[in-house]
Amino acid sequence: MSYLDLLTFARGSALNWALIIFSAGVVLRLFEIFGLGRKADLAKPRATTPGSGWRTIFTRSLPVQGMLKRDPVTYIGGYVFHLGLLFAIFFFAPHIEFFRGLTGLVWPGLPPALVDASVVSAIVALVVLLAHRLNNPVKRMLSGFGDYLAWAATLLPLLTGYLAYHHLLVEYTLMLALHLYSVELLLVLLPFTKLFHTFSVFISRWYNGDIFGRKGVAS
Amino acid sequence: MKPSEKPGSVGAGLKQRGVTRREFLEFCTAVTAMLALPPSMAKVMAEAISGARRQSVIWLSFQECTGCTESITRSHSPTLENLIFDLISLDYHHTLQAASGEAAERARASAMKDNEGRYLLIVDGSIPMGNPSYSTIAGISNYDMLVETAKGAAAIVAVGTCATYGGLPKADPNPTGAVSVSDIVKDKPIINVPGCPPIPVVMTGVLAHFLTFGSIPELDDLGRPKSFYGETIHDRCYRRPFYDQGKFAESFDDEAARQGWCLFKLGCKGPVTYNACATAKWNDGTSFPIQSGHGCIGCSEPNFWGAGPLYKALSMPVSANTAMLGGAVAAGAAAGVVITWHNRSNKSAAKMAHDKVTVQELTREEK
Repeated sequence: MSYLDLLTFARGSALNWALIIFSAGVVLRLFEIFGLGRKADLAKPRATTPGSGWRTIFTRSLPVQGMLKRDPVTYIGGYVFHLGLLFAIFFFAPHIEFFRGLTGLVWPGLPPALVDASVVSAIVALVVLLAHRLNNPVKRMLSGFGDYLAWAATLLPLLTGYLAYHHLLVEYTLMLALHLYSVELLLVLLPFTKLFHTFSVFISRWYNGDIFGRKGVAS
Repeated sequence: MKPSEKPGSVGAGLKQRGVTRREFLEFCTAVTAMLALPPSMAKVMAEAISGARRQSVIWLSFQECTGCTESITRSHSPTLENLIFDLISLDYHHTLQAASGEAAERARASAMKDNEGRYLLIVDGSIPMGNPSYSTIAGISNYDMLVETAKGAAAIVAVGTCATYGGLPKADPNPTGAVSVSDIVKDKPIINVPGCPPIPVVMTGVLAHFLTFGSIPELDDLGRPKSFYGETIHDRCYRRPFYDQGKFAESFDDEAARQGWCLFKLGCKGPVTYNACATAKWNDGTSFPIQSGHGCIGCSEPNFWGAGPLYKALSMPVSANTAMLGGAVAAGAAAGVVITWHNRSNKSAAKMAHDKVTVQELTREEK
């Protein structure tokens, strides 16, 4: 099997199955979460705070006062990584072509040099965050296999994408195939690991904001 | 008498045709540059080729379209590339030879006998393994002819993607069971010169290397000469700077395409195709497909007919689409309903089974 065959399989059947598992898995998990439901809160709300849930979705993206100073690595690393990943996925011209091929939707891309810089930032942030996780006793205690798996599954597409773009280590065709396989691994793992926060983060933020609002607690 | 002046030598033949030494040296310089050899090798090549006797070559054509032969004969006269035909003794080539029928086959047999172990075998076209009668020459199956002729060859040059990797005849569902030369011949050095068709100067360059050094050039892991197939089309493409700047043509012949912007979005396979088109070019160095506004289709890569749609960008899925995703979402929703029902049943059962504790049931633990 040549490298081009590997790439063709990665773009074809392997991608199809990864996307099927990803789409079905995400919907399944959402049904599972919503289906369980919560007991109806019969108590009278302590405060009328309309939109508390929605507001929290945005306010939780900003650090609570004093926290940025107290834990700068987590906050700054988190921002750099997430923004870098966002730019890399959605604003690199070949990636936009991927989405166009899948959905027909198209939008303007960013200059490749800028995307490249964001990828490097995201990789550096991931490495720094891992070091912090390992060095911080509390974080280390809270971390389990799932956290490290999610970290590795996220790093691989970024790393292989960077190496492919710069034609490093191995032949471009092979590296591009490896990049696609790493993305497919990420897609398959996402619905069933902590990576599912991609979808659940805003749901849980809304719930927390709403329930705390009802209880009269600022969220 | 110099070796190049001996009757029957290549040098004597060139002199007879009025080719000057300067012209011949220019040709050798061009070929050494293409082969990535040091400039000093041009003179060595000129001496070696002119002093040599014309190399016996047998050219077999199997399941092919004659495009490879068309290509090599289109190395425009009077450029020196086509004079390579004067450097070799093309003893058998059923498109180009005058003889036909039994006389043609006798020419092949005679060349094989007279040059046992020394002749060069060139093959274009794939070999059908499904049924011997799918492709025959003078009643001989392609497989039998290849095996018989390969036995006494010094080396084999598989020319074109059909001979090197199976090519178009091997495309799914491969009705003839087409295979490449290297799938059959295992005990001879094989040089793969893929392309649909290969660039004329690449074919002549490989022959010149063999004539000069009596050995095959350095090959990559797919059996291709590294000097011609060492880099991708994308790496040497004049549109490459536009790729790096994120400037792409959106449709064929739009203003961006005319300005030389990258054809990646139009399905160009240049980034994964190893060939010399961007440097050697075609039609006497005039142009190559990307220069004339069409993306590379990756014709020199293995299984290129099965390597995804020609007009989809390399980063696009081969077959995934919204309908497929819709189906997956529906399946996920159906599974979600079942799981939700199951979870809720468990919850209800737990609720039903729950016994309330009364005050009477509570006992104080003695300290």
